[in-house]
Amino acid sequence: MKKTYKIDVDCANCAAKMEDATKNTPGVADATVNFMTLKMKVEFEDGADVASVMEDVKKNCKKVESDCEIFL
Amino acid sequence: MNQKQKKTLIRILITAILLAALHFVPAEGILRFVLYMIPYFIVGYDILIKAFKGIINRQPFDECLLMVIATIGAIALALYRSGDYVEAIAVMLFYQVGEWFQSYAVGKSRRSIADLMDIAPDYANVEAEDGSLEQVDPEDVEVGTVITVKPGEKVPIDGVVVEGRSSLNTSALTGESLPRDVAEDDPVISGSINLNGLLKIRTTKEFGDSTVTKILELIEDASSRKSKSENFITRFARVYTPIVVYAAIALALIPPVALLLMGRAPLWGDWIYRALTFLIISCPCALVISIPLSFFAGLGGASRQGVLVKGSNYMETLSQTRTIVFDKTGTLTKGTFRVTAVHPAQVSETELLHMAAHVERFSDHPIGISLRLAYPNEKDDCLVEDVEEIAGQGIRAKINGKLVCVGNTKMMDSIGAVWKNCHHPGTTIHVAIEGTYAGHIVISDTIKPHSRQAIDTLKKHGIRKTVMLTGDNAAVATQVGEELGLDEVRSELLPQNKVEEVERLLSEKKNEKDRLAFVGDGINDAPVLSRSDIGIAMGAMGSDAAIEAADVVLMDDDPYKIAVAIQISRKCLRIVKENIWFAIGIKVLVLLLGALGIANMWAAIFSDVGVCVLAVLNAIRCMHMDFPAPKD
Repeated sequence: MKKTYKIDVDCANCAAKMEDATKNTPGVADATVNFMTLKMKVEFEDGADVASVMEDVKKNCKKVESDCEIFL
Repeated sequence: MNQKQKKTLIRILITAILLAALHFVPAEGILRFVLYMIPYFIVGYDILIKAFKGIINRQPFDECLLMVIATIGAIALALYRSGDYVEAIAVMLFYQVGEWFQSYAVGKSRRSIADLMDIAPDYANVEAEDGSLEQVDPEDVEVGTVITVKPGEKVPIDGVVVEGRSSLNTSALTGESLPRDVAEDDPVISGSINLNGLLKIRTTKEFGDSTVTKILELIEDASSRKSKSENFITRFARVYTPIVVYAAIALALIPPVALLLMGRAPLWGDWIYRALTFLIISCPCALVISIPLSFFAGLGGASRQGVLVKGSNYMETLSQTRTIVFDKTGTLTKGTFRVTAVHPAQVSETELLHMAAHVERFSDHPIGISLRLAYPNEKDDCLVEDVEEIAGQGIRAKINGKLVCVGNTKMMDSIGAVWKNCHHPGTTIHVAIEGTYAGHIVISDTIKPHSRQAIDTLKKHGIRKTVMLTGDNAAVATQVGEELGLDEVRSELLPQNKVEEVERLLSEKKNEKDRLAFVGDGINDAPVLSRSDIGIAMGAMGSDAAIEAADVVLMDDDPYKIAVAIQISRKCLRIVKENIWFAIGIKVLVLLLGALGIANMWAAIFSDVGVCVLAVLNAIRCMHMDFPAPKD
């Protein structure tokens, strides 16, 4: 399953870091962060609980870039 | 400017003024240190906070952390040696200027590209029961509803005009500036702007399936498909920062220790200063921002020209295209038949057309339509009766009592008329009046007005080979090929033969990196579009199948747009390469000079912020591209 989220982040490198952090979150199959449109596309693994996975994603992203926001 | 940007700008200005003022304050020692710390904290407090968070989250290569280490290091050196705090504060100041500029420039281009594509309709007018108009969310409008579009409004959903006539501006969709006139029963496409008359439109699609929604989705997704250059930069950034940071540590420790072992003065201060300049250069932001921004601006600029590129990766492929394969009908030619030659025998030219048009009065075959069009006064008072179609031969009818036969050579043979062959390429229609041969009319497809210029421009821009594939006969194909100056023409091909031809051309490529593009009108082209390196569909407005199958979509059916698309991609990729070389080059140069002690922190901050600003400005050039319009 794929979902798109709006995000807010200031720099391009931070967006790339968020992408990596999201990809490494359990339950996420793949992710792309588009800095230009400020959108994040997340592809979830089968049977993953989207809500709780996204909470983890948010936590992991905050770790690499404290100044980012994901609008769930 | 948003709130955050305003706040940063004010902090930057205050710091700059304070720095200038402090220059004239003759404070010494600890007082000087305290005074200079005021602007440092004003401009850098958020960076300090973020750096602290970076330590807690164990992110050793966090840019803020590196920047803080560099500036605090510089301040410590100043305290211990020269008392020149300006350098450290300037580094922080310019870092903030760079960040501010980047956020401002990106925000601005984000908005202007959004404006460019501001075709999303906000509402639809639906007539309520009492006859008044009600604005509703276009998503709630069901298929078959009659909506009203007032002058100046956007058509929200695809449909057919049921009442009214008007001109539509489709430039946001096609890049075509001439308005299109519509009247009752004409289809209209969402996203076009109603210029003058009031239109009532019966919707034929849901909002989600309408052209405007499809296009917006396509553009949103486009910059998510990353190109090789973007992936390269992301990978590069991932290793670049750690390498520079480790190099900085090595620079701070190894030379002084080595000097110490050689029994000379270790010069700790000098080497630590050089290491600190390394930390400033370690931020990869200029690279990471300028490449996707170039592509994003390029995609936006292309869509303004009516060229939708479905992803940055396709932009890259397009720029490497060396061979272009065209479909003939509908791509290079109009796909509509027209009378191109009239060769009468015995009767006059007009009379021949007159008779032929009457016989075809009730025909809706493309040939019949083109014959009627060639004689505009067909609906005169001549008596047309006993119209009879003879399958595989043609049509015959009685015109004012005379039997007129219009058809192919078989028909002429069957009535015993002696026909003449025609040397003109195209379909030859023979006419006999009362059993006597009256002459023939040649009908053929016509070449689009800009086809020739498109081919010429493509050749001028590095396309080495142009090929045309067609199902049409050899004579027609050769003529079109010669007229347009194509390098290779293949005729009488079935759809599966077209795939084979493309595969043959792919295997003939001289260079591994050369790419092959196929251009078609999207009808029956899906297999070839997907087999080629890059598929270009043209005239795709309203055709979902073509939008799905192709990688590049030309919104109108002007072949000149192919040349425009290629030029845009070339320019975009050139700017991307410039940015990669420029940014990496300057950084490496300053790293080397810094290691040798020639470049100071000012040079380092230029290589970070200055390069970022220049790269962003360069990237924005992708959005503003103008091309000479084709001559008519």
